[in-house]
Amino acid sequence: MSMTATATLQTITRADVEDFLFAEADLIDAWKLPEWLELFTDDAHYFVPSTDVDPGARPNDNLFYIADDRFRLGERVKRLMKRTAHVEFPHSKVRHIVGNIRILERDGDDLKISTSFIAHRTKNAVTDVYFGTGLYRLVVRDGRLAIREKRSILASDGLRQQGRVSFIL
Amino acid sequence: MAAPLKKVVDNDRLVDDDREGQRFRVSRTAFVSKEILALERANIFDKVWLYLGHESELAKPGDFLTRSVGGRTLLFTRDNKSKFHALMNTCPHRGARVCRERSGNAKSFQCFYHGWVFGLDGALRDMPGKESYPPGFAERSTSSLQPAPKFDSYRGFCFVSFNPNVESLPEYLGNAREYMDIVADQSEAGMTVVGGTQEYSIRANWKLLAENSYDGYHAATNHATYLEYLKGTTGGLVPIQLTGSGRDLGKGHGVVEYRAPWGRPVAQWIPAWGDDGKKRVEAIYDNLMSRHGKERADRIALYNRNLHVFPNLVINDIMALTVRTFYPSEPDFMTVNAWALAPVQEDPGDRSARLFNFLEFLGPGGFATPDDIEALEQCQDGYSNLAEVGWNDISKGLTKETPSFDDEAQMRGYWTEWNRRIYGA
Repeated sequence: MSMTATATLQTITRADVEDFLFAEADLIDAWKLPEWLELFTDDAHYFVPSTDVDPGARPNDNLFYIADDRFRLGERVKRLMKRTAHVEFPHSKVRHIVGNIRILERDGDDLKISTSFIAHRTKNAVTDVYFGTGLYRLVVRDGRLAIREKRSILASDGLRQQGRVSFIL
Repeated sequence: MAAPLKKVVDNDRLVDDDREGQRFRVSRTAFVSKEILALERANIFDKVWLYLGHESELAKPGDFLTRSVGGRTLLFTRDNKSKFHALMNTCPHRGARVCRERSGNAKSFQCFYHGWVFGLDGALRDMPGKESYPPGFAERSTSSLQPAPKFDSYRGFCFVSFNPNVESLPEYLGNAREYMDIVADQSEAGMTVVGGTQEYSIRANWKLLAENSYDGYHAATNHATYLEYLKGTTGGLVPIQLTGSGRDLGKGHGVVEYRAPWGRPVAQWIPAWGDDGKKRVEAIYDNLMSRHGKERADRIALYNRNLHVFPNLVINDIMALTVRTFYPSEPDFMTVNAWALAPVQEDPGDRSARLFNFLEFLGPGGFATPDDIEALEQCQDGYSNLAEVGWNDISKGLTKETPSFDDEAQMRGYWTEWNRRIYGA
């Protein structure tokens, strides 16, 4: 990461954000999920909403695909690193392309980021495509960027073709 | 199609129910054959009652939704008098889908092709150039959106049938009604579908999901990581072993009913929900007690049920309430829809806990369902060895008087009814 350890919310540039999100994608694609988890704050959330609700819908009164708080996100990572997470054994091959990265606003301590993502997943010689909008709330912790919220909004009609979202988007 | 169809039915036994030999087997042909899928469409999906949706999904007059059911495209509406209608979503003129929105509220529907306009009840209201049609044309019943041949509801669950001579819905549901009642009785204010639908697919035969939905046997291995996760939250759960029974309900319906250590918003409290949660769950339990007495209140509150209504409706009353349907587009591909059901006017804290619970286990992003999907797909792959290894075994608990929740009695009931219908009995 090019960012220095002295970054503040005001000095973060789009290039810093891009480097951070590219590095995040690399960790996911390499299945280095424990390292990926370290990118998150202690109060972080990871959301994948169902696709027939408003993009900003809340998981307390809407059915999502994934709505993890930091504890359950940690459990998700533990699970996915086990051989008994059958859907991901052996791990599927995954590649993320993250683009159209924009800083939407600086909102208090948070940096609101929007991306477009495409992720390909291959398992048992079947390849599926996942695509949509990534909305992040980033914060600066100890001079480094960290993820307070990641919301991956699928642009497909549900998971009608892919059938599961068993890796990290 | 006729020739191979005849061969499949005449020459091969698909269900080998050999009580003397203490063996119950199902031919793997049943999972891979296009001819059998054609028979399933003709003898099952075109003949029985199929779940369409829940009344709560159309909360107000004018509300509508479109949905694929049994291979048809349907328009489900609530008219100005709050009457529900299940309409075949195809213009009686040339066939275009009349309503192309997923859901909404409308006064009428206009076909975008030639502009025919229909009411919420399907009646033709207007059409461009009507002076060119014979007198009385608009009044002909064939000029309106056609209703599904049969439509009825049971305790808020709406069903259609494409068979005009189908038995009544209550008769069809039979012993499954007892379990639907337990769901409907969970709240005095009624039950509602929560916003958001899980829509996915599985690259496997649809009957594998029917079996899987009330298979208590696979938990320890297939869901090892989920059970480890539960152990990891120890202190958060209650010390209850998984125990219970499985029942063949007749007519192809089946259920497993059992105790489990997880929290049930209605109404089994777990320490993870704290003291506030305890007060709320106690109040819900007391309300159940006053309405139903202790025995039934305990059954509603403390037992879990995975109900399967033949052929493709699952109502799981477990750590959350889920309603799920599935339909085969190919022998090795099914589409799946899943909804969360909850009491109307549920406390926000309970609603939140319920949905958190739901996602922990259920759905294509949960800690358990994805491993089910993998298992079903691996079974389907395994059936490529059909010529050498031709049978599935469904004998567990065959000689027991009271089969356990992790036996296979409920599946034997399913396969017996499936077999009866495939052979046209």
